[in-house]
Amino acid sequence: MRVRVLVRLKPGILDVQGAAVQRALLGLGFGDVRELRVGKLIEVEVEAGAAEAARARVDEMCRKLLANPILEDYTIETVEGERLAPH
Amino acid sequence: MRFGVVVFPGTWSDCDFHYVISEVVRQPVRYVWHRDRDLADLDCVVLPGGFSYGDYLRAGAVAGKSPVVEALGDFVARGGFVLGSCNGFQILCEGGLLPGALMRNECLQYRCQSTSLLVENVDTPFTRGMPPGQVLTMPISHGEGKYYADPETLRTLKARRQVVFRYATADGQVVRAANPNGSVENIAGVVNEGGNVLGLMPHPERAAETAMGGTDGLLLFQSLLGTLVEDGTFLRR
Repeated sequence: MRVRVLVRLKPGILDVQGAAVQRALLGLGFGDVRELRVGKLIEVEVEAGAAEAARARVDEMCRKLLANPILEDYTIETVEGERLAPH
Repeated sequence: MRFGVVVFPGTWSDCDFHYVISEVVRQPVRYVWHRDRDLADLDCVVLPGGFSYGDYLRAGAVAGKSPVVEALGDFVARGGFVLGSCNGFQILCEGGLLPGALMRNECLQYRCQSTSLLVENVDTPFTRGMPPGQVLTMPISHGEGKYYADPETLRTLKARRQVVFRYATADGQVVRAANPNGSVENIAGVVNEGGNVLGLMPHPERAAETAMGGTDGLLLFQSLLGTLVEDGTFLRR
């Protein structure tokens, strides 16, 4: 089962990388960018019979290692083929 | 006092700490491989700076879950001392041994420079013997040293006097201009609730001989060994 984890800085926490990228875009003429934040995408292939079991397992991974709960939020999506299955 | 210096893949200050402890502080010291769990012969474990596991995922994240850091839980519970500098501080936060987290410097630059640190709490095992208002000079060398804790954690830290060092001017003024990385309230180092685990971004091992440009880093060791209290020769400058 393929699982996709999106890790983002929590709202309100200053994202200096995002701000730098936004400034670079401004320099390229993209003055219409209102906000830009940089996160992380982690793809996990996990042995599991059902999507729910896979999600639960990856949630445990997020709590133990993949995300830092002091700074980051995360969302977990199971991936079917190239299409994201909504959960 | 017997010291252990932990070595992870990517650690870079291990030899510096080993040298300072054995040749300058003149205490017994051995290296501890990151897969080791046996710390029974040690009184103080040092987590040095560097880029453990290449800072992959987050600085200190992978090392923070390593066997040696897991073993530190029991070590700390039975009163052992832990000193984490730079990447060691990041590892202690990621491993849950210290509150808060370290983020990318607000200036986005890697900062390698001398800093002045106001010693905010002179009652920890690492700072006892220093007079109130003591200012130490130690270098920093990091890209991810911005200390962050949420407002509630910060209140608790201050109420329990767990903030040990703040970036300051040479005369001890804690001002924004003296903050090299955007740390909340200029925090450069904190202790755990028990006071036996210290994490700081500056490098005491790089301020341990006159040839290095300063010796203030030695004060942490002398405080820990009790010699600072005994002779009381260190005065505020």
